[in-house]
Amino acid sequence: MSTAVQSSEEPRALPRPPWGRHLAAVAVLAVLLALLPLVLAPAQQAVAVRVLIFALLALGWNIMSGFGGMFSFGHAAYFGIGAYVSVWLLVERGVSPWIGMLAGMVAAALFAALIGFLALRYRLKGAYFALSTFAFAEMLRLLATNSDLVNRAVGYNVPLRGESSWAFIQFEPGAAEYLWIALALTVAALVVTIVFLRSRLGRFTVAVRDDEDAAAALGIPVMRTKLLTIMLSAAITSVAGTFYVQYYFFVDPDVAFGSSVSIQAILPAVIGGVATIWGPVIGAAILGPLNDLTATLLRDPPPGLEFLQGRAGLDVMVYAVLLILIVLLLPQGVYGAIRERWERR
Amino acid sequence: MTDPTREHGAPPLDRGTVSTEEPPQTTQLTTPAPGGRRRAVAVRVAAVVAIAVVALGLAYWRTGNEVVVTQAVLTGLMIGGVYGLVAMGLTLIFGVLDIVNFAHGAFLAVALYITVEMVGRFGAHPYLALLVSVPLMFLLGAAVQRFILSGAMGKPLENQLLITLGLALLIDNGLLLFYGPNPQSARLPNDTGINVFGAVVTVGRLLAFAVALVLAGLLYLLLQRTRLGTAIRAVAANDSGAQMVGIDTRRIYMATFAIGTACAGAAGVLVAPLVTIEPTTGELFNIVAFVVVVLGGMGNVVGALVGGLLIGLTEQLGALYLPGQSPLLSVFIVFVLVLFLRPQGLFGRAA
Repeated sequence: MSTAVQSSEEPRALPRPPWGRHLAAVAVLAVLLALLPLVLAPAQQAVAVRVLIFALLALGWNIMSGFGGMFSFGHAAYFGIGAYVSVWLLVERGVSPWIGMLAGMVAAALFAALIGFLALRYRLKGAYFALSTFAFAEMLRLLATNSDLVNRAVGYNVPLRGESSWAFIQFEPGAAEYLWIALALTVAALVVTIVFLRSRLGRFTVAVRDDEDAAAALGIPVMRTKLLTIMLSAAITSVAGTFYVQYYFFVDPDVAFGSSVSIQAILPAVIGGVATIWGPVIGAAILGPLNDLTATLLRDPPPGLEFLQGRAGLDVMVYAVLLILIVLLLPQGVYGAIRERWERR
Repeated sequence: MTDPTREHGAPPLDRGTVSTEEPPQTTQLTTPAPGGRRRAVAVRVAAVVAIAVVALGLAYWRTGNEVVVTQAVLTGLMIGGVYGLVAMGLTLIFGVLDIVNFAHGAFLAVALYITVEMVGRFGAHPYLALLVSVPLMFLLGAAVQRFILSGAMGKPLENQLLITLGLALLIDNGLLLFYGPNPQSARLPNDTGINVFGAVVTVGRLLAFAVALVLAGLLYLLLQRTRLGTAIRAVAANDSGAQMVGIDTRRIYMATFAIGTACAGAAGVLVAPLVTIEPTTGELFNIVAFVVVVLGGMGNVVGALVGGLLIGLTEQLGALYLPGQSPLLSVFIVFVLVLFLRPQGLFGRAA
């Protein structure tokens, strides 16, 4: 009797994943990485910031496409909206990028809700869904390229202020503050992911991904669940866009909306492990230094490879080989494979 | 091994039901249509023609100049034939292997650079590169399927998508590494214009169009009239059934991917004189080919050719409707509309 009453008080249709360990790991990682500027040279610190931007992009993608199972090939749309909304507010209206970041998140989430609604309303699945997300990102790129409102193909340069400013996210080149802000944003995205997975929305999302019909039969509002997940995903990715512009001082339609951005959102998650909390971060931590390594190789090739001097393309070739190998040999990604081995012991 | 023979010994009633069930499954790859279906196709063709007429009328009203419209239509149809050829390869691969091939445009880019090499090194006529490019791309396609993609057959769609995406990145950036970002060209010798109803069509475009149509016709004959083609269509319709009657499906997968890649190889040579050749040129054709494939119905080879012509027209007329915007924008608008309203394509049946 009493057990029946208890279970009705606490209906646990879906198990809550343990989160204490994950949150503790995030805290430790945050403290350790915050100390990085003490030991890293400026060039290495730039690599670290790049890793964090990659991670932020991929954490957003992973919410929608990993946990939500809706494969997006158009996350450039949300990255680009985050970049363009904030830089437009900054350049044309003098608004702080922090507010621009919030505005970008709202704009990206609304756009995501719109195209998500259309794609889901017309029941696009699999390849069709992926191609529709790609088409919308490309349409934004073409519109931005030909629109006077956002300076056409020229894009924007972030105006230099000549003084460090927390309010306008602008510091000396190579300042530790950049790394701290990128770290704070990434940690926030990680915490959001962990909380999301534990929340009702997250558990609904996973249930809908695993069996949509069964989830609907249980009374889960499928459409609302999917749309909220897509919006959350878009908002996280848009933050990466806003920070990218402030850090690199520059954006144009290709940088913001190009298909390579969508690919950069997918790569860390796939390499680290799709639909895992830590996969995107680990994938980014592999890709970032690799990118730096190939860049050095092209700038200063070893004997026998002199013809590589000053050429481009090697970095993406390395990613591509890594991507193919991971998908063929380690389809759960690096973190997924390690976790599985760990659990089997 | 014994299963097929047992199947042959099955009572005639069983085989009868199998053969009546077959037509509905063979929605892909253009099987001869039953009567009711033929009428449905006729209705759709009429609808497409009607839309085309309205589009032309609007274009004329918008520009008020018939030469401009004629020029757009001619240019659109000419390049549309090549789009059709590219998309036929892509749709064939989708129909048989169920792979959304992101590397198709990259294969086309390889063919572009083969043409550049042939013209630059040997001073050959650009179209002679067909003799090198088509067999080479056939072999490359076979090798890619055999050694890379076969490991992902039957896995989730995302895996194959990611592998072909990786291949595309690898090839595009390999070309970038070796040839650099500077645009190259492979012009036709003495390429003159021909006057058609006041509009001008260059010999190069006309040739590309004609050769693309001939190759598309050959591909159609191959699929409809040869043993290999019949086997390919059988695998597309039902691969386990095809295996049951003794078709080596793994070989058919390889052959299909090779043929599809050879289509990209041929199309690459044909457009080489018409476009600026950069490592990213193939990507553009890949995007357009996806649109065409969806428009024609995924897996429908004839639909791909018709879709190619339509998208060629869309691109050119769209430039008249939306001046100042990229022609690709109108292609994407049509794409999204088709995805939402007729995801099975103009010539496919509702799933």
